[in-house]
Amino acid sequence: MSPATLDDEVQGGLVQARLAGDWTLATLGPQLSVLDARLRQLNARSAHWDLRAVTRLDSVGALLLWRAWGERWPDETAISETHRRVLVRAAGVTLPVRAVRAPYDPATPLLLVGRGTLTLLEHSLGVIALIGQIVLDLIYLIGHPRDIPWREFSATLYKSGAQALPVVALVGFLIGVVLSYLSSLQLKTFGADVFIVNLLGISVIRELGPVLVAVLVAGRSGSAMTAQIGVMRVTEEIDALATMGISSSLRLVLPKVLALSLATPLLVLWCSAAGMLGGMVSAHLEMGLSYAYFIDTLPKVVPVANIFIGLGKGVAFGVLVGLVACYFGLRVRPNTESLSAGTTSSVVTSITAVIIVDAVFAVLTRSQGIP
Amino acid sequence: MLGHHSLPAASPENAPVIAIRGLWTRFGETVVHRDIDLTVAAGEMLGLVGGSGSGKTTLLREIVGLLAPSQGTVELFGSPVQSDDPELRRRVRRRFGMLFQQGALYSALSVADNIAFPLRELRQLDEDLINDLVRVKLAMVELEPSHGALMPAELSGGMVKRVALARALALEPELLVLDEPTAGLDPDRSASFVTLIRTLQRELGFSVVMVTHDLDTLAGLATRVAALADQRIVACGTLAEVASMDHPFTRRFFASERAQAALQAAAR
Ligand SMILES: Nc1ncnc2c1ncn2[C@@H]1O[C@H](COP(=O)(O)OP(=O)(O)OP(=O)(O)O)[C@@H](O)[C@H]1O
Ligand SMILES: [Mg+2]
Repeated sequence: MSPATLDDEVQGGLVQARLAGDWTLATLGPQLSVLDARLRQLNARSAHWDLRAVTRLDSVGALLLWRAWGERWPDETAISETHRRVLVRAAGVTLPVRAVRAPYDPATPLLLVGRGTLTLLEHSLGVIALIGQIVLDLIYLIGHPRDIPWREFSATLYKSGAQALPVVALVGFLIGVVLSYLSSLQLKTFGADVFIVNLLGISVIRELGPVLVAVLVAGRSGSAMTAQIGVMRVTEEIDALATMGISSSLRLVLPKVLALSLATPLLVLWCSAAGMLGGMVSAHLEMGLSYAYFIDTLPKVVPVANIFIGLGKGVAFGVLVGLVACYFGLRVRPNTESLSAGTTSSVVTSITAVIIVDAVFAVLTRSQGIP
Repeated sequence: MLGHHSLPAASPENAPVIAIRGLWTRFGETVVHRDIDLTVAAGEMLGLVGGSGSGKTTLLREIVGLLAPSQGTVELFGSPVQSDDPELRRRVRRRFGMLFQQGALYSALSVADNIAFPLRELRQLDEDLINDLVRVKLAMVELEPSHGALMPAELSGGMVKRVALARALALEPELLVLDEPTAGLDPDRSASFVTLIRTLQRELGFSVVMVTHDLDTLAGLATRVAALADQRIVACGTLAEVASMDHPFTRRFFASERAQAALQAAAR
């Protein structure tokens, strides 16, 4: 590699520009702007150009020259045939008009709101269509019980249910401990220690257990489902399924949604039990409440309806998380950016939807299960 | 090449572009390469042939430093690719362009951004120049400027190959490493690929290592052919020499009528 050089001299009132060496990206890179300025200056003085000593000219060098020449051939140019061809190729594609940035539009915020609303509408319609597809699949399966995807169903049940047991137990137990500890501090000042059972029972079984489990399932299983279906979209595996005549909704979406609708209520029960255990241990250590008293009082102060409300929420949240996860997975376009955006949207949307549905539940069941 | 004569004789410039010595590759128990030696001099165009699964892609990955050989050394431009010095490694890696068998385009970037990506990474060129360069590279591989806005997922298989080639050419490499560059191209495009690489090679004097099963590409480009079989390089020489070698693989590879036609065309 020899460095790119540029010499100029005045001969008989004429400016002579002589280029030599390698005019390539590797040699030009560091001194690009300096050379560019000098070339333009020489062009302005309508120099005669001598490129015969140039050893190598690549498209960077060619473009640099061509732009310095104002995108036309100078009047006098001495150049080898090989290098002329490189320049011709570079010249053929430069466009004299440069793209201009679009000016700021004052209506932009309005457009953003409108676009956001339309997107929300589109997503809602998409989820409804997916629900419709699942119902159709279910009807089909009643007629063709041999096609029920048992393997996928049990695999999801195992991965999203059984494997989630330890973490759900840990979270439930700790929440029980913390809640019981904090409440006992308050209750002691009123001498209302025994109400700890009512407080813990209602809040964990009816409210915290289902929501906590839903958040865990969305983060653990929902994201995994979106990523899995998304990657299958990227690698065209979904298309391969379709060509084999296998319905992707029946094989991928339905078993996931059904398995979650079964696993989540069971996890809710498990989480609430762990929460009760944690609360009981904490109440015993903090306030000296005996285990026997706790266990004896719990069924009296927490009507059994609360367990059913918790289980109902579990089913609803499981279906919701499964639907949202599959919906965003199927929407992934075949690139990595879309995959990561889809996974994020899936988790955020399902957690938000869970909280909203929880509020609806609270309104609808306000007269049930309160002693 | 005027510039080269003025250089001192011992400089790494005169070292072979690729020097592979005593290279072994093992994946667990399977041995893919057994004691391979191979050198590629500056300006040479080496065609690598071999049956499917004979380890051609693996050898290319070792040449560009993506995979460390189990044993032996690979040197590019006179310095080891697996060097511990990150600065040296980066400098070596800027000097070659690689075309992957599956394209390996960045799926989140448009075609134009894929080609512009290595140029932007240099942080030496202004955006206007980069845009013009992208158009030059697109034109080289016979794509329209309007194709620059497409995403990789919207391309046909052959277009993916051509964009990947344009990206490999972006940094004006001194060595092009091509893994089946013409697989998936129609014969017309294969022919113009051969013409393009030959023209560029004459203008810029780079070296090429390519894996190909396409005899026309081999006949049109390769100044030397190496045949990989039985975990070794069983033949290395001009196309005619390798074709006349008495080895089961080369005999089968060059036996067909089409192969004979390509060989005759090359001889002419
Ligand atoms: N990461 C890996 N782990 C284990 N084995 C591997 C790995 N990569 C490649 N192999 C094996 O090494 C051998 C050579 O593979 P390679 O991809 O190099 O073949 P190839 O010559 O490029 O074939 P083709 O022409 O089909 O592309 C194959 O048998 C493959 O199974
Ligand atoms: Mg291969």
